[in-house]
Amino acid sequence: MQLNLTINGEQVERAVEPRQLLVHYIRDTPGLTGTHWGCDTSNCGACVVLMDGKPVKSCTILAAMAEGHEIRTVESLEREGQLDPVQIGFHELHALHCGFCTPGMMMTARALLDENPNPSEEEIRVAISGGICRCTGYKNIVAAIRWAAEHEATTRQEV
Amino acid sequence: MAVTKNLPSPGQERPIGFGRLKRKEDARFIRGKGTYLDDIRLPGMVHGAILRSPYAHARIVSIDTSRALAHPNVAAVVTAKDLETLGLAWMPTISYDTQAVLAGDKVRFQGQEVAFVIATDEYSARDALPLIDVEYDPLPAVVNARKALDPDAPLIRDDKEGQQDNLASPLWEAGDAEATDRVFAEADTVVVRDIIYPRCHPAPLETCGMIADFNPDTGQLDIYNGNQAPNAHRTVYAHVAGLAEHMIRIRCNDIGGGFGNKVPIYPGYVCAIAGSIVAGVPVKWIEDRSENLLSTGFARDYVMHAELCAKDGTITGLRCDVIADHGAFDSTAQPTKFPAGFFHICCGSYDLEASHVQVKAVYSNKAPGGVAYRCSFRITEAVYLMERMVGALALEMGVDPIELRMKSFIRPEQFPYETTTGWTYDSGDYEKTMRVAMDIADYEGLRREQAEKRARGELMGIGVSFFTEGVGAGPRKHMDILGLSMNDGADLRVHPSGKAVVSISAQTQGQGHETTFAQIVAEELGIPPEDVQVRNGDTDRTPFGLGTYGSRSTPVSGAAVSVVSRKVRDRARLIASTMLETRPEDLAWEKGRWYVKGDPSKGAPIGQIAAYAYSGSPMPEGMEGGLDAQVIYDPPNLTYPYGAYIAVVDVDPETAAVKVRRFIAVDDCGVRINPMIVDGQIHGGLAEGIGIALMEVISFDQEGNCLNSSFMDYLIPTALECPDFELGETVTPCPHHPLGAKGVGESPNVGSPPAIVNAVIDALHDSHGVTHIDMPCTPARVWAAMQGRPEPPQ
Repeated sequence: MQLNLTINGEQVERAVEPRQLLVHYIRDTPGLTGTHWGCDTSNCGACVVLMDGKPVKSCTILAAMAEGHEIRTVESLEREGQLDPVQIGFHELHALHCGFCTPGMMMTARALLDENPNPSEEEIRVAISGGICRCTGYKNIVAAIRWAAEHEATTRQEV
Repeated sequence: MAVTKNLPSPGQERPIGFGRLKRKEDARFIRGKGTYLDDIRLPGMVHGAILRSPYAHARIVSIDTSRALAHPNVAAVVTAKDLETLGLAWMPTISYDTQAVLAGDKVRFQGQEVAFVIATDEYSARDALPLIDVEYDPLPAVVNARKALDPDAPLIRDDKEGQQDNLASPLWEAGDAEATDRVFAEADTVVVRDIIYPRCHPAPLETCGMIADFNPDTGQLDIYNGNQAPNAHRTVYAHVAGLAEHMIRIRCNDIGGGFGNKVPIYPGYVCAIAGSIVAGVPVKWIEDRSENLLSTGFARDYVMHAELCAKDGTITGLRCDVIADHGAFDSTAQPTKFPAGFFHICCGSYDLEASHVQVKAVYSNKAPGGVAYRCSFRITEAVYLMERMVGALALEMGVDPIELRMKSFIRPEQFPYETTTGWTYDSGDYEKTMRVAMDIADYEGLRREQAEKRARGELMGIGVSFFTEGVGAGPRKHMDILGLSMNDGADLRVHPSGKAVVSISAQTQGQGHETTFAQIVAEELGIPPEDVQVRNGDTDRTPFGLGTYGSRSTPVSGAAVSVVSRKVRDRARLIASTMLETRPEDLAWEKGRWYVKGDPSKGAPIGQIAAYAYSGSPMPEGMEGGLDAQVIYDPPNLTYPYGAYIAVVDVDPETAAVKVRRFIAVDDCGVRINPMIVDGQIHGGLAEGIGIALMEVISFDQEGNCLNSSFMDYLIPTALECPDFELGETVTPCPHHPLGAKGVGESPNVGSPPAIVNAVIDALHDSHGVTHIDMPCTPARVWAAMQGRPEPPQ
């Protein structure tokens, strides 16, 4: 089937099998391998992208189901050379080691901050609890998201 | 806040050398621009998928691939028969056993590799798997290690000539049995426990896989893979596939975690190589999560019987007898001369009079592995055993567990200290580290709080562990893997502009080597770390060495980088003496610069010396131009990091759920090159330790069906299960490491499970009489223990 998706504001058109998962569709799009796959069971969250601004696990959605929706991936966080405060926070607070869960964690964080600009530690932990990180023990991820919340006003570029 | 395109904001601190330098590698990861295995797409590449056994033990009657071959997108189906013609049906393991690449005679564990399909795309490859018709004749399975040697146990390894039973490796001993008997005879208190360290799995977030690209015209084999020891893998492939070693190039780009899981060579890798040789195009094979948990390197699975004794209030002797369950093939990862790894470090941090350890290993119908899941070769099992036993002994004696440890510690003046099992600990001040942990925890305050809560019927537990690890394997006179010495190389080139490239044989999987190793060069040469490029993960561009596991990166490879930098510095001194027209002995070093003693204004920084070394100006007599050096570092001893951990848990009296409320970790890993990265390593290992203590287990039913083959069943801690870790440190430099560093990556995984289990027992002892529980402390198992029915994991 022919599919027309909006990914990071751009139209992507391709013929796919109806069963193709969104994560594979995204990853098959040149330049968009930042969205990762880590499990088969919607547990790990490495594949989280935003669909109409809400975090979704792209391994649990068929590409066909995303037609007509706005998809945002990790590659959209940086705009015209300006990093998102979430990206800066992850770097500043050493919230990544191997980097494999990082795109999913950062997209989850972005969605959280869009909805709740000043989340508590507990709210952050709940928000990212759909994702698994094997490296960081989450402490610095929580701190990085707090950092991003605190620096949102000074670093955020108007969309 | 202005942020440049290429470098994220570096923050305030930019040390030239050691310190909290933000990571260089972050720049690509925070943009989603890492290059993990599945991100690589080669022209003409096809995809492989593996058909796996549904049975734990069965004879293969027949394999019919005709329906799969009829699939329009399938290029080939490879079975054991095809591999036999290539001589690849069996492969050696890293423990001198053999392992079937694809099963031909019978399957020996559920999930074993049976056939390899090559198709144009991954979906088609997987579509073809159920089209392969395999007829099995099921056999009874061995799942309980304690019963593996029963006379009526089915023989698993009938492929091995002369193998009459399921013994995988003969009894191996350390210590002194007779002396230990005497110490036990004189003891006033003895505790005995049967303790299981259950099978668990490193489960890195990126699974294992490979792209093999064999060029039939040139004979060159290009491999893309995420493994922890690319240079060692190249040598093994040369042996396995009969290929010329210099025609094999392995590239590990970014690796999504390893934790020991990416040390071994797996059948899927050999299938991808064989597939590329047969098909003449690149073959990509990447396992899914179930395959990862079902078939690749598990960890632990030690069934332990232990006795610990005390006299006059101090610990005096240890005796233990262990059955190691290796699964169907012995592919345990450890130095070859150490069949039980470093398990005999189980005498711990205590000044014992005697100890005796014996270990034997059995085959079972479970996946092979025995990898060191964030652990230095069975030290995790050793520390768990000892620290659980010390907890049990304190309970038996009715004394505080910290007090018993304090009385029994090896004292600072006893270092270097030879243990009763033959290790030479290099340095330590254990009591000091324990006291720092007590201070952070407010230990006495915690005990008061616990007493108050107990009075109210609440179940709060405080658990302690104190570990000593031996990491950084190892001295070539003692340690090798498959005959390869456990040394690491470093190759440092300073370019004419003063920028440097250091190539190393350690392999990062997220540990931050690109930053830490640049800082070592920066510290030694006095050039900014951003001017140092660290190269790893490409066998064509790195020196030989055994890679990253067993916390050996900083102890071995870090030492290599330090030594090679000093070599360059020494060369720079000779060149500077010519530049400055003085004798080398008249020059003094300050960070980044040689200068004339007595006239500090006259000097040459490294950058100028490098420019000179490549210029047309005369070099010192007998010296070639350029500024570079290479070394192979042979560590004189292991390093011995240690730490004091305290866990505070709450057990829900109604659901038996355990919550780790606080976790205090005080590590002494010697000199810290990048304290931010060290802290990060500790956080990560503690989370894994919580997982192992409370959630993570690979278990089997009586038929050998794996019960934890997805993240729905193999539970990994999320942000909700992990507390806000509280860290502290003491610094006792390693006396024989050039930087005084010891290695830290695995300490938190080693030290945390016993602290948590001791805390669970502490929570339940007074009220419910619990004196023992096995991991993982799931609500069901804790509930059973509270009812007086402790159940071992199975």
